[in-house]
Amino acid sequence: MAFEGIGASVKRREDGRFLAGRGHYVDDMNRPGQLYAVIRRSDRPHARLRGIDTAAAMAAPGVVAVYTGADIAADGLGGIPCGWQIHNKDGSPMAEPMHPVLAIGKVRHVGDPIAVVIAETKAQAKDAAELLAIDFEDLPGVADLRAAAAGGAPLVHDDVAGNVCYDWHIGDKDAVDAAFARAKHVAKLDLVNNRLIPNAMEPRAALGECDVAGNYTLSTTSQNPHVIRLLMGAFVLHIPEHKLRVIAPDVGGGFGSKIYHYAEEAIVTWAAGKLRRPVKWTAERSESFMSDAHGRDHVSHAEMAVDESGRFLALRVSTLANMGAYLSTFAPSVPTYLYATLLAGVYKTPAIYAEVKAIFTNTVPVDAYRGAGRPEAAFLLERLVDAVAHDTGIDRIALRRANFIPADAYPYQTPVALQYDSGNHEVTLAEALKTADYAGFPARRAEAARRGKLRGIGISTYLEACGIAPSQVAGALGARAGLYEVANIRVHPTGSVTVFTGTHSHGQGHETTMAQLVADQLGLPLDQIEIVHGDTGQIPFGMGTYGSRSLAVGGSAMVKAMDKIIAKGKRIAAHLMEAAVEDIEFKDGAFRVAGTDKSKALAEISLAAYIPHNYPIEELEPGLEETAFYDPKNFTYPGGCHVCEVEIDPETGVTKVVNFVAVDDVGRVINPMIVEGQVQGGVAQGIGQALLEGAAYDANGQLLSGSFMDYTMPRADNLPNITVGTEITLCTHNPLGSKGCGEVGAIGSPPAVINAVVDALKEYGVRHLDMPATAEKIWSIIQANRPKMAAE
Amino acid sequence: MYDFAYRKPASVADAVKLLATEPEAKAIAGGQTFIPVLKQRLNKPSSVVDLAGLGLSGISVSGNALTIGAMTTHAAVARSAEVKKAIPGLAMLASWIGDNQVRHRGTIGGSLANNDPSACYPAAVLALGAVVKTNKRAIKADDFFQGMFTTALEADEIITAVEFPLPVETSAYEKFRQPASRYAMVGVFVAKGPAGVRVAVTGAGQNGVFRVPEMEAALAKSWSPDAIAAIKVSPEGLNSDIHGSAVYRAHLITVVARRAVAAAA
Ligand SMILES: Cc1cc2nc3c(=O)[nH]c(=O)nc-3n(C[C@H](O)[C@H](O)[C@H](O)COP(=O)(O)OP(=O)(O)OC[C@H]3O[C@@H](n4cnc5c(N)ncnc54)[C@H](O)[C@@H]3O)c2cc1C
Repeated sequence: MAFEGIGASVKRREDGRFLAGRGHYVDDMNRPGQLYAVIRRSDRPHARLRGIDTAAAMAAPGVVAVYTGADIAADGLGGIPCGWQIHNKDGSPMAEPMHPVLAIGKVRHVGDPIAVVIAETKAQAKDAAELLAIDFEDLPGVADLRAAAAGGAPLVHDDVAGNVCYDWHIGDKDAVDAAFARAKHVAKLDLVNNRLIPNAMEPRAALGECDVAGNYTLSTTSQNPHVIRLLMGAFVLHIPEHKLRVIAPDVGGGFGSKIYHYAEEAIVTWAAGKLRRPVKWTAERSESFMSDAHGRDHVSHAEMAVDESGRFLALRVSTLANMGAYLSTFAPSVPTYLYATLLAGVYKTPAIYAEVKAIFTNTVPVDAYRGAGRPEAAFLLERLVDAVAHDTGIDRIALRRANFIPADAYPYQTPVALQYDSGNHEVTLAEALKTADYAGFPARRAEAARRGKLRGIGISTYLEACGIAPSQVAGALGARAGLYEVANIRVHPTGSVTVFTGTHSHGQGHETTMAQLVADQLGLPLDQIEIVHGDTGQIPFGMGTYGSRSLAVGGSAMVKAMDKIIAKGKRIAAHLMEAAVEDIEFKDGAFRVAGTDKSKALAEISLAAYIPHNYPIEELEPGLEETAFYDPKNFTYPGGCHVCEVEIDPETGVTKVVNFVAVDDVGRVINPMIVEGQVQGGVAQGIGQALLEGAAYDANGQLLSGSFMDYTMPRADNLPNITVGTEITLCTHNPLGSKGCGEVGAIGSPPAVINAVVDALKEYGVRHLDMPATAEKIWSIIQANRPKMAAE
Repeated sequence: MYDFAYRKPASVADAVKLLATEPEAKAIAGGQTFIPVLKQRLNKPSSVVDLAGLGLSGISVSGNALTIGAMTTHAAVARSAEVKKAIPGLAMLASWIGDNQVRHRGTIGGSLANNDPSACYPAAVLALGAVVKTNKRAIKADDFFQGMFTTALEADEIITAVEFPLPVETSAYEKFRQPASRYAMVGVFVAKGPAGVRVAVTGAGQNGVFRVPEMEAALAKSWSPDAIAAIKVSPEGLNSDIHGSAVYRAHLITVVARRAVAAAA
């Protein structure tokens, strides 16, 4: 048998069904008597709803029901809840305006759902949705963060003054002011972190069902079915948990956008109850563009105080963060506890102060998107460090090295709440520079210059935080959810194993990685292990998958559950082999009496557990099934170094990424191939953000990049060969030592790319450039600075 | 999409009759433009008349013309040995349209009838002085394109073939892609053939494809990239959108044209 345990690059077990078209997605599900829901959405950024005439739609062929916000209100349903509460500087809670399931009184963004038409066929529902006569009174809208935050902007919510959701801060302002007062240099930078549209390959879909006994089932494209059951059941529909089952089957990518509870989930479930027929809704791609939560969208000003030798003395940051028109589930946490707490990065900056204003605009709600806050922090910091190097003339690598938190300083308490447990930034830096042949860059630059190209190299030495925890601390910071994870391990009578995990796989390959973990620990072949996830009817209450938590938190829960299995197995084995429990060892799938050749395989123990004829029944319950809930003591802190090399065509401004190296510290690696794939995918998204992607709105809030014709996703030919390496330090507080690898690629890469672009353009006096660094933007900079160059 | 009747006539005459008698009938070729339009409910035809069974695909060279049937796919043009030999720029152009799937469905006739201002074929047809053959007549390229999404075609007129005069001494197409759609943001076809030296630009103009007489004159004197390097095109009348301003597009026309000439040299 080939090695399949921890460290083996086992091919993904789930890929067979995906590649053969046998995946089972929500839209593949069809129920007898099923109806189709089509949502009529606002095509206006901001308008008063003076009236909705549903008569013609109701009378259209095949239409079974038409519902508007008034119907939802009449049934006493709640609004879409927000899962995180932030407090203002003065201690008061954030503004939390009503987020109706279907618009009431006003629409606030293009895509805001107004009404649902439910019909026998999708085509009939679409036809009828066009017949809804909606009387809009257009209102001035505002999409741009700075404009919305400025005085006198249109109000997205009449009762939210100045469009400010919250005005929050962290850190020691006085200490920072004092450090700035004595600084030799102060480097200042204004940055924009561009708004992204997630575009998971599978659009969102939801299928609601209600049986004769009033048991509801929602099948949905979710990263965390239990969270949806809790939020929707308790806050929106008032369905108790034992009457509501939420299934998230195969899900084709999420990147964060499928964490949140969306209106359509509530609509189909509620309508299925009213109509007593299954109701399905599937987003079209253009609906996804205007209804899936967007990502990023920050405008920041940052300042670093530096002493004469280049040591960072203090960091001051002020950020505006776009919330969109309503608060999506975890939106408030992203620019606060997932962003500002990361501003120390890998540096021992002794004093940090950050203030963040979250702003409502007439745009799609913004929430966590691959990296969630940490990419914004890494981009700001790694750009600012390059700006310090630029301003002081200190080499950017020497500057980083001089300010690194040294490996022997771990655990390290940052001035912004987090305590990092482990890391070695020197090692990832050195390895990345070597792999990228950093030393050979000047020759490559000269060679490119001979071809008329501008070549640049950029690095980022970043750190991020995964597996958000512990629950108590998160609760104190405003989380309205627990952040533990759960695993249930069921050893069957003949020794095969089903693992029920509260995490959810939507591209990450859990069915492989987690099976490898269990195989390794229980000494079983992979094919004896099944991973079950995504069904609240089968799995214990778990928190799902986001923030690269599944292995570090969910895998740790599995280890804890296996520990219990092994402990119980030892007691059974001791009984069967007439030995003392202390003398039983478990190794390679067998319980042995130490120092003898007596042994029993796991399957013999499980058989004895379920057929307890010869069994210590007085002391032990029969069966071999254990559950563990694991609440981590801390975040995990992956980090690393990304090196990007670009070539710019000065005639057109087109940037080509010619080389990319990522050396990451993700803690213990279970499946190196899957880790490499995760990093590659993340880097692809990071390059996308840096060079190509950007949601475009007009000033009023009309979405200009509403399809793939205008929203530039990265494609294979936009990407270089990405070399991925790992140099690990173990996480010190979870039993696996794993940290997380799902987001590192998207966090470390954007600053590396932009640092490379700025480096390529340094002869043009460029010090900073906002993302996406499009061809025209670069060409314009080159044009504007040509005369300067000629004059010099 | 809205409901419509699907019709599959067996002859050009039948197809034309259907289009003529039913005012809301529309022809479909490869469907690569039309089907997305239908799916977005931007068009509500009574019938969709499929041109696939009319024998309109094929490539032939006879005497002084290369003829491409209207239903010939981009993929067929791209890989055709005759096209590569007679007008290499045309094969190059076809090979860069869309993606593999699009190239195996989309047709030259559909592309020309649609006359998307950022489509590629109009640049070749205009630069090569081709003739668009329909069931009724032969329309010179100079008369065919009449502004964005507008052509000389009448409602009951279908393109049957496109005739490119030979011999073409040299030709090339260079395309600066709109980054998201990968259509031409600026596409330039340069050719020296029976129609003379021509430079046709697609993607940039608000009214679709256009020629650049100054460049043509310069190239007629000296067929070299340098001959046009200093010729600037005015941004007036050019497109401006989130992907590129008129000024940027104007600049790109010179760069792309120069590169096309270099590729054709
Ligand atoms: C993803 C994607 C990328 C693309 N990229 C490019 C690109 O880079 N460059 C480019 O040039 N194009 C591009 N296209 C468009 C593609 O080339 C289309 O195939 C073409 O524009 C239309 O050809 P069709 O055969 O598909 O026509 P259809 O979509 O079937 O028809 C288009 C229109 O032409 C009419 N029509 C079709 N044939 C005839 C005929 N013989 N006579 C009269 N009227 C007719 C139809 O009634 C319809 O109105 C792209 C398309 C897609 C989907």
